[in-house]
Amino acid sequence: MKTPALLLALVACTLSLSNGLAARAAEPIKLGEYASLTGKEAGFGQTSHHGVVLALEEINAAGGVLGRPLELAFEDNQTKPGESATVVKKLISRDKVVALIGEVSSGRSLEAAPIAQAAHIPMVAPAATNPKVTQTGSYIFRVCFIDPFQGTVMAKFAKNDLKAKKVAILSSVSNAYSLGLAKFFKETFTAGGGEVTEEKNFSEGDKDFRAQLTAVKSAGVDAVFVPGYYTESALIVRQARDLGITIPFFGGDGWEDEQLLKIGGEALNGCYYSTHFSAENTDPIVAQFAAKYKARWNGEVPGAFSALGYDAVYVIADAIKRAGGTDGPKLRDALAATKDFPGVSGVTTIDKDRNASKAATIIALKDGKALFFKTVAP
Amino acid sequence: MTEFLQQLLNGLSLGAIYALIALGYTMVYGVLRFINFAHSDVFMVGSFIGYYVGHHVPENTVWGGLVVLFVAMAGCALLGMIIERLAYRPLRGAATLNVLITAIGVSLLLEYSGQVFFGATPRTFPSVFPSTNFTLGTLVISSNQVVVIAVATLLMVVLELIVFRTKIGTAMRAVSLNPKAAQLVGVNIDVVISFTFGLGSALAAAGGVLYALNYPSIDPLMGVMPGLKAFVAAVLGGIGNIPGAALGGLLLGTVETFVNGSQWSTYKDAIAFAILIIILLFRPAGLLGKASVEKV
Repeated sequence: MKTPALLLALVACTLSLSNGLAARAAEPIKLGEYASLTGKEAGFGQTSHHGVVLALEEINAAGGVLGRPLELAFEDNQTKPGESATVVKKLISRDKVVALIGEVSSGRSLEAAPIAQAAHIPMVAPAATNPKVTQTGSYIFRVCFIDPFQGTVMAKFAKNDLKAKKVAILSSVSNAYSLGLAKFFKETFTAGGGEVTEEKNFSEGDKDFRAQLTAVKSAGVDAVFVPGYYTESALIVRQARDLGITIPFFGGDGWEDEQLLKIGGEALNGCYYSTHFSAENTDPIVAQFAAKYKARWNGEVPGAFSALGYDAVYVIADAIKRAGGTDGPKLRDALAATKDFPGVSGVTTIDKDRNASKAATIIALKDGKALFFKTVAP
Repeated sequence: MTEFLQQLLNGLSLGAIYALIALGYTMVYGVLRFINFAHSDVFMVGSFIGYYVGHHVPENTVWGGLVVLFVAMAGCALLGMIIERLAYRPLRGAATLNVLITAIGVSLLLEYSGQVFFGATPRTFPSVFPSTNFTLGTLVISSNQVVVIAVATLLMVVLELIVFRTKIGTAMRAVSLNPKAAQLVGVNIDVVISFTFGLGSALAAAGGVLYALNYPSIDPLMGVMPGLKAFVAAVLGGIGNIPGAALGGLLLGTVETFVNGSQWSTYKDAIAFAILIIILLFRPAGLLGKASVEKV
């Protein structure tokens, strides 16, 4: 009676040990994502989140990274100022994530960046374009172009395509992205011989822009640059048309959302914006991504932030592979060494300032549709 | 000159909406001597009712717009009376501070239930009234601005008639002057207060629909800023005074618009509120807030 019991115990022991080993080998790698899934800029968070989830599911279906599956812990900052810092602290201290993905907005990325930097957790911003974001520290990266480039692209576009000589700028005073983009645009546009005759401000959440627009109207400009987010920008263009202003309005990647077209509708005819990606691009990589994305999210067409969220996950997964683990400093070095990584939003090479340089796409708006206009290489 | 007139028009149409909301603050203050902070959220509920009803009436028709306006006003009148019955009536006679805190509580309750029921994402308000632009020389007038100013003026006239020409209006003024004495001469104070809340809330709903017509992006926290400004407008005009609230609203809207169109657009709220402080320094009771003026 004694021997079988001992044997049984031994077998049980070995079994549990091997079970334990297997479990350890397959222990998931936790990534953290913070995004504006609700609130005023919910469009930003929802599209980037959809891209992130799709990439994660694909990687896991293909066997994960280093034999371990990826797991996503995500938090909604509700588009509220201050909330990103809170949720990122939670992701780092409670969920123990090894890397962070976020945010689309520069302002909210700037809130979270110092916390990621202090905790030595690498953070990859999908679409925060303000230069200050990655200047926060050595652990902060991005997979998109930066505003000095976007500002230059739009300044050249205004001069060469819109043939504009005099331009007005309407920017949001409470938004780092908006002020930065306005500044970079103005520098290039005036250096190229153009003139910025009218500069007006508004605040996040404003609904009435008729006063600023009336001033713009009497200034007699050729076009208006609005480096804002989609909610305000759409209302601005609508009210401008109400006031009988027919000149083109154009903006940056903050315009990128379906809501822009819903609120703005036909008032947006003849308006343009620059962004990171267009689903209409005929590149096979893009077409393949668009098809997979539509299948996963009930026919939703991927936007720029979907593509960048998707790329951010792949860039992190690639870095974990090269680092051979998830240790903060090693992962940081691997991310910094990312070179010629093929993504759906273009080839990603992280430069010494931890930024990516990619081509910009210009979108033309017509009859409630966003149409591909052209691509501008860096 | 054109620019000046255009800005004046923009300012008046914004001010008319502030005035409509300010009237609700002022009426409740006149009768109960407390600030109903939930008023700005009734405004929000008004525009959401308009949003849902607006999807069931044909777009761009006058009668469709009027139906939306009427249903939103009726719905909010009911909501206002329910709020008064459940939250404020049990506290009648309690210290002002208690009622004030309750009002803030009701306000937060409406805002965050709104986020649960309507969602936090902004919605696009349907264009329920037909919209065209009229040009008068170089001046451009949008039909929505005309609708806002016309509806607001009409409602203010109706309000004036109710308060000064009807029996219930007389009762309201009586309660405002002295609640106990009014009760002694046979005024049913509960009915009067309930009516006041209903009337004020209906005006807020009208403001909500008109606001959403002009700025067609609505969300559960949309009431906060216009509500604050309307409250300021009510104080500016002399709280408790109906023509004062209308005047305060128009003045605030116009000042804000002119500052916004100047090179100091960054400081628009700072300048608008600085003007308020200066006016109150010289006229502490507000522009029309004299003891001799009838209070409601």
